[in-house]
Amino acid sequence: MPFPPPITNVDELKSHPALARLLDANTAAVEAVKYDRDELTIWVSRDFAREACALLRDDPECPFNYLADLTCVDWYPSEPRFEVVYHLLSIPKKERVRVKARVHGSSASIESVTSVWPAANHYEREVFDLFGVRFTGHPNLKRIMMPDDWEGHPLRKDYPVEGYR
Amino acid sequence: MPQMPAAIETREDNTLVLNMGPQHPSTHGVLRLVLEIDGETVVRLRPEIGYLHTGIEKTCEAKFYQQVVPLTDRIDYLCPLTNNLTYCLAVEKLLGLEIPPKAQWMRVLMNELTRINSHLVWLGTHAMDLGAMTVFLYCFREREDILRFFEMVSGQRMMTSYFRIGGLALEPPLGFFEKVKKFADRFPGNVDEYEGLLTGNPIFQMRVQGVAKLSAEDAIALGACGPTLRASGVDIDLRRDVPYSGYENFKFKVPTHDGCDVWARYVCRVQELRESIGIVQQALAGMPEGPVKADAPKVVLPDREKMKTQMEALIYHFKIITEGFTVPAGEVYQAVESPRGEMGYYIVSDGTAKPYRVHMRGPSYANLQALAKMCEGYLIADVVAAIGSIDVVLGDIDR
Repeated sequence: MPFPPPITNVDELKSHPALARLLDANTAAVEAVKYDRDELTIWVSRDFAREACALLRDDPECPFNYLADLTCVDWYPSEPRFEVVYHLLSIPKKERVRVKARVHGSSASIESVTSVWPAANHYEREVFDLFGVRFTGHPNLKRIMMPDDWEGHPLRKDYPVEGYR
Repeated sequence: MPQMPAAIETREDNTLVLNMGPQHPSTHGVLRLVLEIDGETVVRLRPEIGYLHTGIEKTCEAKFYQQVVPLTDRIDYLCPLTNNLTYCLAVEKLLGLEIPPKAQWMRVLMNELTRINSHLVWLGTHAMDLGAMTVFLYCFREREDILRFFEMVSGQRMMTSYFRIGGLALEPPLGFFEKVKKFADRFPGNVDEYEGLLTGNPIFQMRVQGVAKLSAEDAIALGACGPTLRASGVDIDLRRDVPYSGYENFKFKVPTHDGCDVWARYVCRVQELRESIGIVQQALAGMPEGPVKADAPKVVLPDREKMKTQMEALIYHFKIITEGFTVPAGEVYQAVESPRGEMGYYIVSDGTAKPYRVHMRGPSYANLQALAKMCEGYLIADVVAAIGSIDVVLGDIDR
């Protein structure tokens, strides 16, 4: 059965606790929203991402207290090139939400969420290693998968699959 | 060459930095731990990973959707079928594909056998790390039976690739269900055997009780998942809470424990062995009849026989093999309860026949971050127990 078309209208999705919380806090920072295949995605501005995560974690009604995953997507050659993706899970309510922040390729950096969840430590190092997005405020931003002296960031779309020879 | 730190270096505050691994029998693969120790006590622990990094996520972007399935086997090599399942569910969600009931039930059956297989390897090696050699031999005896089941259905003992997008690769062979039934009837007795060797054993108890504690708050903050999280008293199991692949039709308990230590994780996993075999029994009893592949000729490869007799089937086969099938643009995050915890696949499609991005959220990667917290303040010998208790698989961590 094909899924219904995605809903992108903010007003229709206002009832979702995560979106309501973020709109309450900072309407201007919520850039876009999409409900597709039973999954809610909220785009927030880059500078609001850490605060958004902290707000969602401490939401009294539906605390998204668990960082399930943190990763990145490279949309090269369009700009803003990177999308940092946070997958949050609410352990008490078993709800999920996906928060995204767009990051420009020229100064690829975003505030670290390690202060919100210590779990973000390794995930952010991985994104830094494989995409080259810097996380400001990260306690130990070093390569994690590749050797320390590796050149380039392998998961970027302009990095060849075979690597540089 | 990068500068490797000296294996042993002394610090001003009289602590010693000691390297453990990557070649160390108790690290279950190529895990390297840098321990800062004060005498025998661990002050700080830092995992160094990446020795097994193969760039699977990058490779996926260059493959057709159906060609990614064999790659997923190689991520968490102790539960290849769980990886197959997560990937297939994610792509099926993108496609909006409905899976026939028999395929769903077979997936549950095989998935639970995989869980038992994985837990048996964990139990055997964990006990061996702690000095109980016999358990290992007993566990691998039963594991061998399960690997034979995998070989029966897929032709492979470990790298099965048995679940495909749209269903299963093949019908299970004749006599398969009877053999699984015999095993399922016998297995609870085998678990009694393992428990007889460990649960009441005072040496084992002293080695694991009160060791490597991890509070519920820390476990959630550090992203621990699966039995590691449940042994800290957090009651979550995706099979029950966010059912997938027909798990809502099965009845099972989710074992939790408030002990927060290695013992609690041991108890949870052994209980899970019993619950899993219960699910296997239910799946065998209620196995529906019908096809094992979805009716989607543009996605699912046709039967060999049809291909030889029908022109359309031949064309579809040729098209799928040579140019793949397109998947509507979109993104999904599909999470599944693997033996180690939440295994998630995040797939972004741009509407072509190759995935734009595939990200695997490995449960071991998440649990590893909790290891440092667990080991602080305990003895070096307890680190071995702690590593065993989170059941790391390095293929899953490094990908």
